Amino acid sequence: MAKITYVHPDGTSSVVDVEPGNSIMRGAKLAGVEGILAQCGGGATCGTCHIYVDRDNTKPLPAMHDLEDGLLCVTASPRQDNSRLSCQIPVSEELDGLVVHLPEKQL
Amino acid sequence: MTDGAIVIVGAGQAGCQAAVSLRERGHRGTITLIGDEGALPYQRPPLTKAYLQGDIGFGDLVFRQETYYTEHDITLVLDDPVVSVDRAARSVTLRSGRAVGYENLVLATGSRPRPIPGAHTIRTVADADSARPQGHVVAIGAGFIGLEYAAVASEAGCDVTVIEAQPRALARVLSEETAAHVVQVHRRRGVKFLFNAMVSEVREGEVVLADGTVLPADVVVAGIGVVPNVELAQEAGLTVDDGIVVDPWLRTSDPAVFAIGDCARFHHGAEQVRLECVQNAVDQGSTVAAVITGSAEPHGQVPWFWSDQYAMKVQIAGVTTGHDRAVVTGDPISGAFSVFCFSGDRLLGVESVNKPVDHVLARRLLAANCPIRPEMVAVPGFDLRTAA
Repeated sequence: MAKITYVHPDGTSSVVDVEPGNSIMRGAKLAGVEGILAQCGGGATCGTCHIYVDRDNTKPLPAMHDLEDGLLCVTASPRQDNSRLSCQIPVSEELDGLVVHLPEKQL
Repeated sequence: MTDGAIVIVGAGQAGCQAAVSLRERGHRGTITLIGDEGALPYQRPPLTKAYLQGDIGFGDLVFRQETYYTEHDITLVLDDPVVSVDRAARSVTLRSGRAVGYENLVLATGSRPRPIPGAHTIRTVADADSARPQGHVVAIGAGFIGLEYAAVASEAGCDVTVIEAQPRALARVLSEETAAHVVQVHRRRGVKFLFNAMVSEVREGEVVLADGTVLPADVVVAGIGVVPNVELAQEAGLTVDDGIVVDPWLRTSDPAVFAIGDCARFHHGAEQVRLECVQNAVDQGSTVAAVITGSAEPHGQVPWFWSDQYAMKVQIAGVTTGHDRAVVTGDPISGAFSVFCFSGDRLLGVESVNKPVDHVLARRLLAANCPIRPEMVAVPGFDLRTAA
């Protein structure tokens, strides 16, 4: 299990034990963390699982492909240089302790 | 605001969303979510895509882990469907004989595939498990289900034939332009199509067509549409007309009873429609929770749909049925394009193939009622970003 912390826009956070293999998005959905919609179910086609990776993160994350890059240009909350689609980041033991921030809105 | 007991009949996408949204909105009363399958509530779309392909397992389909329901005080009743509703007593009776009382009842009974004797249909995880593609595969119906199944079967190395009664594929849901591209992608993979073809019989190991043609078939899957599950509502005396009829707040003819998802017939613009898609299930699930917890917002989201076939992602924003003009943007030859569908000058919807950004922007445009006209889209270099 890897502990992932989802920080809500109001500053409160949800800490979830995510099974390796699941994405950051799935981890949130399974536990019912509000603020990640993932309307398309995880195919990088809707841009509603947008997160901001904590700026102090030093853990290795997978490179971004074109689809994700394109969708991040049209997310409901503005893109920042630490924006990612959480469906595109698989959780591994290596990511234990990762902190991600949820945007104000996904739609 | 009411904090009375809520009973939700049907634990699919719509019913599960209603339960989750009720708690998110602070509903304090009991919530009983009742399903007819034995498994935790799960997503159905991957059943003809990644799940059928074997890329993901059942654990990847469930909406929420089991502890979510206990932690959020949602009583999940599985494998024990509701068999009757007593509206006077405000109570439902389950197959096991147990009765559950309600202040508000939400019918999310879904739909069931139209059957063809001898052919598989795919609605549940058990259906998908029993219809794994092998050898000669015949898909009856060139709609999303038939074509998604054909794509997985073709990728698995099967010999695949799609039989369609209409002269073209996806006639009910997609423009000719987009449908022609989808068929071309399938043909390149060796999938055969028989249009204007009627099945007369599915036999052991073969399918017989009305013109006498016999096709070898190890697996036959029918995707020829669904019928809404309205029987419970009908027997309870609610108004039913190819779906349980609801008002803009998703109330049935009994104000204590709501209907959502595939089984509900609701107002969409000037028409009454039923939509069989995830978006509608999710949006109506959240709307019904909002209405029950005291919000007056009627249901009115922009519909959208998707289908994954091979590496091709087809996404539709709006309902393009009945359009009389289609304008193509992007590059169909490279396989990434969008089709803007108009009725006169009015944009009905946008179909995107491998253009998810267009899809996201199109949904936003439609929601904002932006006046996009055909001649604007037809200008070379038209960019949705500037319009949205």
